[in-house]
Formats: sequence, C-alpha cells, structure tokens
Amino acid sequence: MIGGSRVKDESQPALTVDSQNGAHTGTIPRALPDNLAVKCPNCKELLISKDWEKNQRVCQRCGHHFRLSAPERIELLLDPDSFQEMAGDLQPTDPLGFVSRSQSYRSKLQSESANSGLTEGVVIGRGMIEDLPLMIAIMDFRFIGGSMGSVVGEKLTRAIEQAATDHIPLLIISSSGGARMQEGLTALMQMAKTSAALAKLNEAGVPYISLMTDPTTGGVAASFASLGDVILAEPGARICFTGPRVIEQFMHMKLPKDTGSSEFCLQHGMIDGIVHRRVLRATLARLLRLYAGKARVTD
Amino acid sequence: MPFDLDFEKPLADLEKRIQTLQKRGDRMKPDERAHVSDLERELERRTREIYGSLTPWQRVLVARHRNRPYSADYVKLICDDFFELRGDRRFGDDRAILGGLASIDGRTVMLIGHQKGRDTKERQEANFGMPHPEGYRKAERLMRQAERFHLPIVSLIDTPGASLTLEDEERGISQAIAENLLVMSRLRTPILAIVIGEGGSGGALGISVADRILMFENAIYTVATPEAAASIMWRDAAFASEAAAAMKITANDLLSLRLIEGIIPEPFGGAHRDHRAAAAAVKDAIVANLDELGKVPTETLIERRYQRFRAIGAFQHEAVGAISG
Repeated sequence: MIGGSRVKDESQPALTVDSQNGAHTGTIPRALPDNLAVKCPNCKELLISKDWEKNQRVCQRCGHHFRLSAPERIELLLDPDSFQEMAGDLQPTDPLGFVSRSQSYRSKLQSESANSGLTEGVVIGRGMIEDLPLMIAIMDFRFIGGSMGSVVGEKLTRAIEQAATDHIPLLIISSSGGARMQEGLTALMQMAKTSAALAKLNEAGVPYISLMTDPTTGGVAASFASLGDVILAEPGARICFTGPRVIEQFMHMKLPKDTGSSEFCLQHGMIDGIVHRRVLRATLARLLRLYAGKARVTD
Repeated sequence: MPFDLDFEKPLADLEKRIQTLQKRGDRMKPDERAHVSDLERELERRTREIYGSLTPWQRVLVARHRNRPYSADYVKLICDDFFELRGDRRFGDDRAILGGLASIDGRTVMLIGHQKGRDTKERQEANFGMPHPEGYRKAERLMRQAERFHLPIVSLIDTPGASLTLEDEERGISQAIAENLLVMSRLRTPILAIVIGEGGSGGALGISVADRILMFENAIYTVATPEAAASIMWRDAAFASEAAAAMKITANDLLSLRLIEGIIPEPFGGAHRDHRAAAAAVKDAIVANLDELGKVPTETLIERRYQRFRAIGAFQHEAVGAISG
C-alpha cells in the first residue's frame, strides 16, 4: 500500500455509533483503488491523496475539513516532540456487564481497539505551542464515535485538574457523538464530573480553550465542550445537542442546511469563532499569548 | 384508577370481575360476597407479585404512567406554602421546569422540578416535560438565589430529556445544560435530587448535580431514553426494552452501582395508585435528608459533592489488548 494507509483509515467507518442522537455523519470518504485519491464527501471532487495530505486534509476545492485523528492533531498543532502523554495506560472496563442482543461491550471494546489501534477515545498530555506550555486533550472519533465513557471522562478530568495544579492553559479538542450508551448512567455522569473539574479550573484562574471539531454533539456539547473561556470551531463541523435528522423527525419539518453547524453556532452566539485548519496553530498561539499577557505588538 | 398497562392485564381482569359482582350491591348472595373477598385478596396478591418483579422495561412504563404524580402534584401535597418564581429574565418562562420558594415542614427550600403536565393543554405548554434552554436558565437563577439566602435546593427529576427543536439549538440548549453542571457543582448550599419518574439524559442531569440523588422505587435514570439508545446502538428503536435491561436504569441497579444514595419505596401498586402516600414518602425523604445535609459544614459539603462525581467511572491500568472477553 503506497502512502495510502491514512486514506484507508478514513475509508473504514469502524463505527456503530456514528454520532449520538442519530446525528448524520457525512465525512467518511470512500477510498479509491490504490488509495491515490479521495473523494470529498461535500463537493464530490476527487482529491489527489498527496495534495490532500499536504493541505492538512482540507478539500482544496470546497474547504471541507476532513476529520483528523488525535496523533494527526498533535502533529498539526504542537511544537515538534513537545508532547508528553499522560494516563496513556488507562483502559476501559465494563461497569454494567453490558450484554444485549448477542453483543457484549467487552467484545466491542476489543474489536474497536483492534480496528482503530487506540485504547480509548481521548489522548491527554502536556505540550507546547510556539514555546508556550499547555495541557491538551484530544478526542479521537475513531474509537466508538469518540463517545464519552469512564476513561474519556477520567482522562479529561485529569487533564483539567493538572492544568489547574500547574497553572497552565487547557485546550480540549472535541470530536464526539456524546455519552457512550454501553456505560449507561456512568457515562452520563462524566458530563458532571468534567464540568465540576472545569468549575475548579475557573476558580484557579486558568484559561480554557475549547475547540469543537466534527462532530461535537449530545452530552459532550452539553458539558465541557460548551464551557470554554474561548470556544472555537473548525468550519462546517456538526455542533449541536440534537442531530438535525432527529430534530426533523421530532418537528415534522425540513431544516435549513446549516442547522447545527459551526456557522449556525457562530450566528447564534454560541461560539467565538470559526478557524480554518491552516491558521489553527497560529490562532491558538495568539490566544495563549493574549491570556498570558504576552501578546506581541508586531508580528 | 384502572389497571391499564399491558402487563397489568391479569389485574385489570380481576378488577373487572370484582366490579361486575359489586354492581349487584345488596342483591349479592352470600356466596358471591365471599367470592368478592376472595377475588380482592387475589388481586392484592397478584399486584404484589407483579409489582415485586417488574422488568426494567415495565418500570419504564410505570415511570411514564399518565397518572403518576408530577412535580406540581408534590408541590400541592407536600408544601405548606409555595410561591412560584417564573422566567429566566432573558427570554421566557419554560413550563417544563417549575420552581419557587417552598415551605416544607417548617423550613423554606428552593424547590425545582420538571413538570410534564396532566391534560393535553398542560402537556403542550410543558412540552411533555422536555425543557427548553430557558428552563435550565430559570433553574440556574433560582439556584444562585438559594445559595445567596442559604436555602437548601430540592430538585425533582421527571423528564424524557431536554427539548429537541430547532429553537432549542438556536438558543443554546447545550450551553444552558453545561452551565448548570458547572454552577451546581460549586453551589454553597445543600442540594437534594429525587428522581420521581423519568430521569432522561442530559435533560435530567441539568438540574441534578446534587449532594445526594434518591430515586423512587419504580423511577428510572438513564443516559438516553431506551428508545434513543436502541436507535443509536442498533439503529432500531424497537429494541428499547433490550436497551432498558442492558443499560441498568432501575433504582436497584443504580444503587448497587453506587450512582445514587437511596431508594424511596412506592405505595402499593406504584406511585400512580396513591398520590398522597407517594407525596408523604417524598416529604419524609426530603426532611430526613435535608436535616442531615444541613449539619455538614459548607466547605466539607462542596468538597464531598466534588468527590461524589469525581469518583464515578470504571477503568483499569493495563497494557494494550489486556481486556479479557
């Protein structure tokens, strides 16, 4: 497979929870033979893989932002070799003994782990952006739709608590369909757990930047992701509590196309800005400097 | 009140036979009278039997029973006085969340609760107990006020979930819920939450970040309604009863998972059969728990609340691939 392993990743929707609340996922492209090209799910343009990679997985034609994995985000945003992972050994268990319809959560965890090469849906650690230190937590949609169970909630909480202790800014990058059904109420309570930790971070006077990427929905939208001092989003991301498809069913009406998108959220005052991936690292650096009172006068 | 749930069919049949005989009144023969008392004993025995072994899905049906007491019923039956505080001071007054100053057993508390509405008009006004952002913002306003006046907060949980319309997205339903989770975790006053019927998802959690969470015997508390969970997991809401069983949503299950602090027993045959007895049980629980929480110094209270939620979660430290099947 020539330079095509990443493309193959994109083409494998190893997901049963594509998004919570039935939210539609539109960004898993079909790989073409030999993985030389990718089709943009938005404008249907055929993109040469090499160019597409170089363009940080943004469609050159329509600007569609493809999903990135946690390792890809680290490479994109952080100073080289600055990332030190924390709590990487935390593994999910099966708090409910979930077995239903001849499917067990344990076997699902095993297959998800094997398919994605991940142990859970979030990576946390310390890192630097333009020599400014920060705590960072990055959700990875490939693991059961980035859904939040115990491990995701615990790792996020540890990242938040560490940011408060060390007094360094926090960046959380969301990509999740919401709470994980197979962990039941334990999963729902992670919303309260992470939000409580953020309340302490607020009291400690440490800034928190929330970056919403596609998708940020359900219980993740309704907890930590919406609690940033600054909330940014990538263009065209699905950001909502309830997915448009479910709203349409509930309201018996057709919704405008941009409902529940980054642009919709900006228009309704829910986020501070939409940032193109090309300038994301620079934007985060600016914010870190501004919050630290070290903004450059000229640059 | 008639037995009208599917699994209550044997009870409904017995009741019908009793009523047919009783219609004869004075014309009833002695052996018929004896038969009536036999049937009544049988009805009681079968009710105990059926209600003593409800499946999770049957509990969902009981928790959603149309005659189950709602927050407004408890207000009437429990409070010596209640002054409703309305509106979020920003946009509107959500009828799916009821709140106000309540006098219960000689003390003033801030009482907040989901309200489903009894008749069609009320149900429409209350959006079937599914709050809009304004409901959570009203609750936040009332809770901050409670903190200022050192009033304990009692939160009655009974919702299928937060509202699902375009307008809710436009007015920031996610943000409204998230804000409450953050604010409630630090409020410097005791918070008691009681799930009286349906504890549905973020819509329930948005007013239940409490020092103690109690549940009625037949109440449920779930990450998503069984129907929603089934369509997320298996793309088919028809598997709701399977989801209800697998997700461990009953009071007993959640107590053994240590996610709640206690269970309030329901009157014979479910809370919907005896509102007064149900209200008395809720009142006793409120008084006893607020007495205890009232004795805890504020700093300790806040730290314990933090740890209560901080401790929730199951995980292990192991090498990759060590999960055994």
